[in-house]
Amino acid sequence: MATDYRTIVRDGLWDNNGVLAQLLGMCPTMAMTTSATNGFGMGVATAVVMAASNLLVATFRGYITQEVRIPVYILIVAAMVTLVDLTMNAWMHELYKVLGLFIPLIVSNCLPLGRLEVFAAKEPVLPSLMDGLFMGIGFTLALTAIGAVREIIGSGTLFADASLLLGPAFKFLEMKVSPLDSGVLVMILPPGGFLAAGFMVVGKRLLDLRAGKAIATGPAGHCV
Amino acid sequence: MTTQPTWLHAAVLGAFCTGFGAILALTDVLTADAIAARALEDKQNSLAQVIPPGLHDNNPVTDAITLTGEHGKPLTVYRATKGGKVTGVAYEILGSGYAGEIRLMLGVDAEGRVLGVRATQHKETPGLGDKIDPAKGDWITRFSGLSLDLPPKDKWKVKKDGGQFDQFSGATITPRGVVGAVREGLAFFASHRPQMVEVR
Repeated sequence: MATDYRTIVRDGLWDNNGVLAQLLGMCPTMAMTTSATNGFGMGVATAVVMAASNLLVATFRGYITQEVRIPVYILIVAAMVTLVDLTMNAWMHELYKVLGLFIPLIVSNCLPLGRLEVFAAKEPVLPSLMDGLFMGIGFTLALTAIGAVREIIGSGTLFADASLLLGPAFKFLEMKVSPLDSGVLVMILPPGGFLAAGFMVVGKRLLDLRAGKAIATGPAGHCV
Repeated sequence: MTTQPTWLHAAVLGAFCTGFGAILALTDVLTADAIAARALEDKQNSLAQVIPPGLHDNNPVTDAITLTGEHGKPLTVYRATKGGKVTGVAYEILGSGYAGEIRLMLGVDAEGRVLGVRATQHKETPGLGDKIDPAKGDWITRFSGLSLDLPPKDKWKVKKDGGQFDQFSGATITPRGVVGAVREGLAFFASHRPQMVEVR
């Protein structure tokens, strides 16, 4: 089967976006989008794990039998997460201090597992790698966007502490949007996560409707 | 689809578990030393923030004693010495915040004055309670130079409780927990001073 990489990219970034269309990975989405920087960090860590686990499952898919595929997928995702966690702690310690608390949360994310089942289990290695990567980037974009909305309304800043995550060169990203010292607190608290994510999902569907596209509905999330 | 025998599934799952288990064990062995070194550096860095480097000619991380802290738990006290005399100590104090425990490192000089306080671990609300983090505000630096008598004991509270310490907008519980923890930490120093500054 000829692989259409453009579709893979489009699906990952927009059409079938992990958060905005498939509504998967809601647990880290709610927990880590209190600021744009946090959302971005969580997204990047997830994208790495997704690309690696998609690659592995696509490589070994001939050997994984139907009946035990789910335990094997979970094993692979968990192993990748632990691997990333240990390696970053040892050799990228500054980054780890900022990202470290996000990484174990990736195991609770259903999006990597979903892509293994839906894509990597059926497709060749390279398309699977691309799918994991672009689904991960789409996830990152969605989390950064939700984080930005919550941060602007909730704290009155945008990309606060970006220089802690990305290095001093990114200090310019840090913005103070509102002159007030604090914003609408509820947006930082858990309800704000549901509000922001809900409006973004609606927004995406409205844009799709206007563009005359059929609304893509992902598989119902049986886990979040 | 032909049915595969059960043993095959068991073998597949077992093989993957063994394989990834081995990879993880290998990674753990390869990274263990580096991770331990990083943890030591972190501890050194957090100690350096609460004990000025000019105050000691030893390494406080390795020059530590263990005392019985509050509630009978062992408490590691890091000691800064200069010319054989103890010039300051640092130890961990706990405050109760809005979202669970706040762990802080408290540095005290030999006279019982605060050298510095730093939050080492907390889960306070981002944008509100996390202003105790020195990266996000200088609130935590206001303790330097204070002691159990300065301000007087009944002023060792946040303003809302009649004391002299500012709370920050939208968050009272976090500063209240930190102020209380520092006050208790100083009281602990006062009652254990002989053991802490004794030279061995």
